[in-house]
Amino acid sequence: MQIIVNGEPADIREGSTVAELLEHLRIGRDRVAVEVGLEIVPKASYDSHTLSEGDRIEIVHFVGGGENRAGL
Amino acid sequence: MTTQRDTLIIAGREFNSRLMVGTGKYASFQQMVQALEVSGAEIITVAVRRVNISDRNKESLLDHIDLKKYTLLPNTAGCYTADDAVRTCRLAREAGLSDFVKLEVLGDEKTLFPDNEELLKAAKILIAEGFTVLPYCSDDVTVCRKLEDLGCAAVMPLGAPIGSGLGIRNPYNIKIILENIKVPVIVDAGVGCASDAAIAMELGCDGVLMNTAIAGAQDPIAMAEAMKLGVRAGRLSYKAGRIARKLYANASSPIEGLLG
Repeated sequence: MQIIVNGEPADIREGSTVAELLEHLRIGRDRVAVEVGLEIVPKASYDSHTLSEGDRIEIVHFVGGGENRAGL
Repeated sequence: MTTQRDTLIIAGREFNSRLMVGTGKYASFQQMVQALEVSGAEIITVAVRRVNISDRNKESLLDHIDLKKYTLLPNTAGCYTADDAVRTCRLAREAGLSDFVKLEVLGDEKTLFPDNEELLKAAKILIAEGFTVLPYCSDDVTVCRKLEDLGCAAVMPLGAPIGSGLGIRNPYNIKIILENIKVPVIVDAGVGCASDAAIAMELGCDGVLMNTAIAGAQDPIAMAEAMKLGVRAGRLSYKAGRIARKLYANASSPIEGLLG
């Protein structure tokens, strides 16, 4: 099924969870935050939260900063 | 006082260093790590951004930062509305598992001056959600008072526009803020060199936050040390209590016993 991850279309297996998506993208779950359709998915729900066709997902982390740069 | 403890307390947490530094604009992670170390800072600001999905080999900031040594202060840089800033703070808390946030809501791209109306709106929401909010704001006592009344843990008025290096352009405004605000006052933005940092501290500020002044210096490591010493010198000078300014000379050698 098609989803949008960080603004880019992505194809993942039907019924994938957030945990499976992170694994697929080789992203460690510890130091990221995940939003599905503007709602934050708590880390404790990564294994149970199932994604749906067309979901818009944001995966963010910390980068160097102190001052203004482009936003999300 | 050199031997006494003189710690900065923000929301009940104690810090030995009064210098806070950003982690952006360094030539390399190695240079950043060294500059942070030399600066002696304990609070470092970070930004929240999308993970690069297409290039997973890129190094991650937190691979280089000892989280036992530094308190991360995620910022909302690049946010122009309260909604965006609140969203960024929620993501930061989820990613970093800490309630500390440096809240900034910008008014326009050219000056990067704060949008105080949106800032107050965002601060109110975040405080209700249990965040420890450190807001970047104008050097205006009225907005600082409103932020304090909302429950912000500190106020962080600008010395000059972000990244401008113009120094403390309105020391009298900062002084008025200091006289009227009880939470820590931290000058955020505008510092260009160590004497600027010292001036902020001599005014009585509780701390100084900077990024470009260090990262953009020709030798960021040397500037990190200069800033550490500038903040320390300014703080000591403030605590020591300077002499009054006088128009005429006041000899420091005794008059008695002068050769006739």
